[in-house]
Amino acid sequence: MSLKILVPIKRVVDYAVKIRVKGDKSGVETANVKMSMNPFDEIAVEEAIRIKEKGLAKEIVAVSMGPKTAQESIRTSIAMGADKGIHVETSAELQPLSVAKLLKELVDKEKPNLIILGKQAIDDDCNQTAQMLAGLLNWPQATFASKVDIKDDKVHVTREIDGGLETLSMKLPAVISCDLRLNEPRYAKLQNIMKSKKAELKVETPEGLKVDITSNLKTISVEEPPKRSGGAKVENVEKVVEALKKHALI
Amino acid sequence: STCLVVAEHDNNQLLNSTLNTITAASKLGVSNISVLVAGSKCGAVAESVAKVNGVSNVICVDHPTLEHSLAETITPIIVNLQSKEDISHILTPATNFGKNFLPRVAALLNVSQISEITKVTDSETFQRPIYAGNAIATVKSTDKCKVGTVRTTAFDKASTTGGSAKVVSANDWAVPLVEKAISETNIKWESSEVKKSERPELTSARVVVSGGRGMKNGENFKMLEELADTLGGAVGASRAAVDSGFVSNDLQVGQTGKIVAPELYIAVGISGAIQHLAGMKDSKVIVAINKDPEAPIFQVADVGLVGDLFNEVPKLTESIKKSK
Repeated sequence: MSLKILVPIKRVVDYAVKIRVKGDKSGVETANVKMSMNPFDEIAVEEAIRIKEKGLAKEIVAVSMGPKTAQESIRTSIAMGADKGIHVETSAELQPLSVAKLLKELVDKEKPNLIILGKQAIDDDCNQTAQMLAGLLNWPQATFASKVDIKDDKVHVTREIDGGLETLSMKLPAVISCDLRLNEPRYAKLQNIMKSKKAELKVETPEGLKVDITSNLKTISVEEPPKRSGGAKVENVEKVVEALKKHALI
Repeated sequence: STCLVVAEHDNNQLLNSTLNTITAASKLGVSNISVLVAGSKCGAVAESVAKVNGVSNVICVDHPTLEHSLAETITPIIVNLQSKEDISHILTPATNFGKNFLPRVAALLNVSQISEITKVTDSETFQRPIYAGNAIATVKSTDKCKVGTVRTTAFDKASTTGGSAKVVSANDWAVPLVEKAISETNIKWESSEVKKSERPELTSARVVVSGGRGMKNGENFKMLEELADTLGGAVGASRAAVDSGFVSNDLQVGQTGKIVAPELYIAVGISGAIQHLAGMKDSKVIVAINKDPEAPIFQVADVGLVGDLFNEVPKLTESIKKSK
């Protein structure tokens, strides 16, 4: 069976950046901050490419949503090995539910039989889109995947559960969300990066896809977490034990 | 108004995460807390939920295919309950159990989900960490039904006594929905490997002893196990230790692993990367042992000891044993 794989990706503040909360509490500073593809989504792109390299897939479509800059992450995935890209252009803030609805419309158009995405974005930490999309499509889902094995028209996914692992089998079409240990994403080759800059991307809009992206969930404020007052050092183990006694821990 | 709590259990016992979630539900100001127990041969779990303080109803669905709480099968039960009983809130623990199915429920109800709730301000307003806990967002939902996962470490456990709720079986209407979901999605559970341990569960342990790259190998974790056993605690690890193959994935504490907030967290040979701190910085007392005095872990530690862990940890275990 030759698959068509859809890989939704998100552009986020780079994982190594120490984020700063805006003074007016309206959010986190993203101007002049290094942005990258969400790390879990890189794993999703990598997994799709590996499936294609095994001769099990014919096409990988990368999708990203947001302002024009989202195209950079699409191009990164094309440089890694995706075949084409779709950009859903909007300046509005998208909640996972809206993203799932937009993806559903793209699924109806593109007709993929496998969707692989990251388990969560490291900015909003929502961990929702894969499950929402699977629900809207009424497709089976395997979240937090650490191993994907495709045989005939079935996909066997080993997933991380509390306290261990479990393996599910799903008939395609299906949705998979990736956990950290599924694979180690490759670096794109320079010549592919250059080529990907010229790749033609299909551009869609929420209006064009006829999806209402208004949300009843609003962010009221974003604040810094309470600071921990640490930093005290002791000379030896006896002093550690004393401190534990003081806190009534032993 | 009713809050539905979807219980996490292993078909024999209710898990503590459910008790934390019931406490979160009690802060919403709703008139009823209903608990759904969906599983296989889970009658005893339903009976124990009925005794939990604050629970007004227990709805039990018992079917062999619910043994492994597949998202595909539990979702239609919850969606149907919501429309039947005018449920204003749905909460479940933000464990891999709850994270797996709740967004699927929210999408089918056409509402947003609030992930990892750490504070209930009122029936519509919640706090949740974003950017791995480096910022706290306050969000307000005006959806007809508020759907959210609860960060268990942020709420106390509800008392397992004092309640006298009635257990009602919903098999008559729920089982056909489960069977329909299975035939439509063709999902099949194949196998699982769950580790059994004598030690307390990592996310609910009173004491956690974690090791990092400084442990050098998996064999050396025995030292931490001994310290943990002396304190009745669980053993955890940093992502560096997991990535180096010292210990298995399920021990990882951090942004991408387990979030813990024990009374006492002992970090051994852990430098304190942001992503690790995100998983343990709400611990009440943090002790750090590291040979590098500049290690960032010391900035959050209440008690820092600079030294060679291979000398200090056995000494610490001995001193604690003696002082008991």
